[in-house]
Amino acid sequence: MPNNDYIPIRSEIREIIRHTAHEWTFRMTWADALSVKPSQFFEISLPKYGESPISVSGIAPGLLDFTIRKIGHVTNELFNYKEGDTLYIRGPYGNGFDLERYKGKELVIVAGGTGVSPVRGVIEYFADHMDETCGIQVIAGFRDANEILFRTDFAKWRQVMDITMTLDTGEPTEEYGIGLVTKYIPDLKIHDPATAEAIIAGPPAMIKFAAKALAETGFPEEHMWVDESRRMCCGLGKCGHCRVNDTYICADGPVFNYTTVKQLSD
Amino acid sequence: MGFELSTGGVNAFLRELARTGRVVAPVRFEGGGAFTGTDCVRYAEVTDIENVVFDEKSRFSFRELLLPPSQTLFYFTEDSITEPTPETRDTIIFLRSCDLHAVKRLDEICRGGANPDYYYEQRRKNVKFVLMGCKKAFDSCFCVDMGTNISDNYDLSIEPDGDGWHLDCKNAEWEPLLRAQGGTETPVTPAHVTETKTRVSIPDDLDFSVAKSKLWDEYDKRCIACGRCNFSCPTCTCFSMQDLFYQDNPKTGERRRVLASCMVDGFSDMAGGVVYRKNHGARMRYKVLHKVYDFKKRSGFHMCVGCGRCDDVCPEYISFSHIVNRLGDAMKEVSEHAE
Ligand code: SF4
Ligand code: SF4
Repeated sequence: MPNNDYIPIRSEIREIIRHTAHEWTFRMTWADALSVKPSQFFEISLPKYGESPISVSGIAPGLLDFTIRKIGHVTNELFNYKEGDTLYIRGPYGNGFDLERYKGKELVIVAGGTGVSPVRGVIEYFADHMDETCGIQVIAGFRDANEILFRTDFAKWRQVMDITMTLDTGEPTEEYGIGLVTKYIPDLKIHDPATAEAIIAGPPAMIKFAAKALAETGFPEEHMWVDESRRMCCGLGKCGHCRVNDTYICADGPVFNYTTVKQLSD
Repeated sequence: MGFELSTGGVNAFLRELARTGRVVAPVRFEGGGAFTGTDCVRYAEVTDIENVVFDEKSRFSFRELLLPPSQTLFYFTEDSITEPTPETRDTIIFLRSCDLHAVKRLDEICRGGANPDYYYEQRRKNVKFVLMGCKKAFDSCFCVDMGTNISDNYDLSIEPDGDGWHLDCKNAEWEPLLRAQGGTETPVTPAHVTETKTRVSIPDDLDFSVAKSKLWDEYDKRCIACGRCNFSCPTCTCFSMQDLFYQDNPKTGERRRVLASCMVDGFSDMAGGVVYRKNHGARMRYKVLHKVYDFKKRSGFHMCVGCGRCDDVCPEYISFSHIVNRLGDAMKEVSEHAE
């Protein structure tokens, strides 16, 4: 008999980090955390309320971070939970980012809003292993100053890598500029676009325009990697909700090469 | 091994099977049909072969025996999660050739991939199939064009012949049972149709560009997105999760999976308001292309088996086979525009 993949496993909330009023990171216990890859996701399971697919935003021994937006039935209830409470999770699902691919190369990361969560693990890894990269440039966009996620992380990363933060609206400060992420793409300093790699994560329109802007700088589409999201209900490639053409976003992705993403037609 | 058997002999054989399993077959229920005043033929346990409906197609397919429309995955209390006790008896399913081909589709979806489905396997491993020979196709069938009119992977085939029954047994354990009921050996080839009134042809050059055809717009209004076509289809497997808790003790409850339809509102909606395929025509395109294009790209064979049930149950008289037949013109339309 195959495993019963539908049974969730108990996990304790060790810490809650409140980024904004409606976006918190839940730091949860998970025995085999170090085998989880950035952008893989779990179903957060609250009996009586249901399940919600959430990507992993941080990985540490025995601990996984889930940065969650209070946005629906399950997540509304989750925001009533406190540190020390237990809930259920099952996963990890999906392919996640393959860090090996980016080692020893120039890497550009463009992320918008909650799209920063799935790439945080990648940034975090290279921030700790700067000798394994030929340079990282991150462009992160948020709607306004109240929506900024991982503020302390960004301050820390800024010490070791090239970070650009930008807001859709507001007044510019030392911390961030104003404008869409695409505005900063032509300013990227890429020495060899033929070997550099890029990661794009965020809302569908942002992904499309960021990829276009990157292509205009001479970036090959084959080197762009996109974190896709759809309604992922089982996580196992079975329930059908995330299917696009012959692709199951949950099982075949959520990370796809941009040449594949371009073919996806909902 | 082929056999000829009397009605009494078949019933005695079914009773033998019922000692360790349940025999399920299409049965007539008065009223309750798709349209007022019609009967409904659907699956139920049977003891007598006379109650098995051979002269009409079942409205719902055998699929609900392998993937129930609503299935409990586990029960929960405040601090425990328990699986339901699985059915361990054999399930002996009577079905037609198109439906036996549908089993191959269900196996591909549920058993295949990196994550074989636990609850499907729990039922599937105890299932045996009895093929009901088809002497004549029903109006909406198009099995011949889909290549599903002939099956040979059954445990037993059965069809009426005069006062008695013709059976072909491939299950070595059942052969002595049939002999014991007075079965006389005779060569039997299960009846199958070689032509159907409804014909379909899927264009060789079909690809996703057909999404741009005007063909789909017509269904924005005509289709009422009720999902009946999906619910009756033997190869539809999509589901949603559903949690419920009990009135008398709200701390306990169960998680279920319930059959979902890509034609119904909300199928791919995301928390936060992103909506995919708002128009019913786009949903029609999504469903039709899965059945005769996308699935094959992944698995090497078409998902649709040509049972015609979706055409039979649509309250708006939308014909799936007709849409498939329009794909050729739709491809011409989009390629002319592309030039
Ligand atoms: S095609 Fe017919 S059966 Fe299917 S959803 Fe539309 S109206 Fe309902
Ligand atoms: S799509 Fe229609 S004809 Fe094809 S298998 Fe499903 S119900 Fe039968």
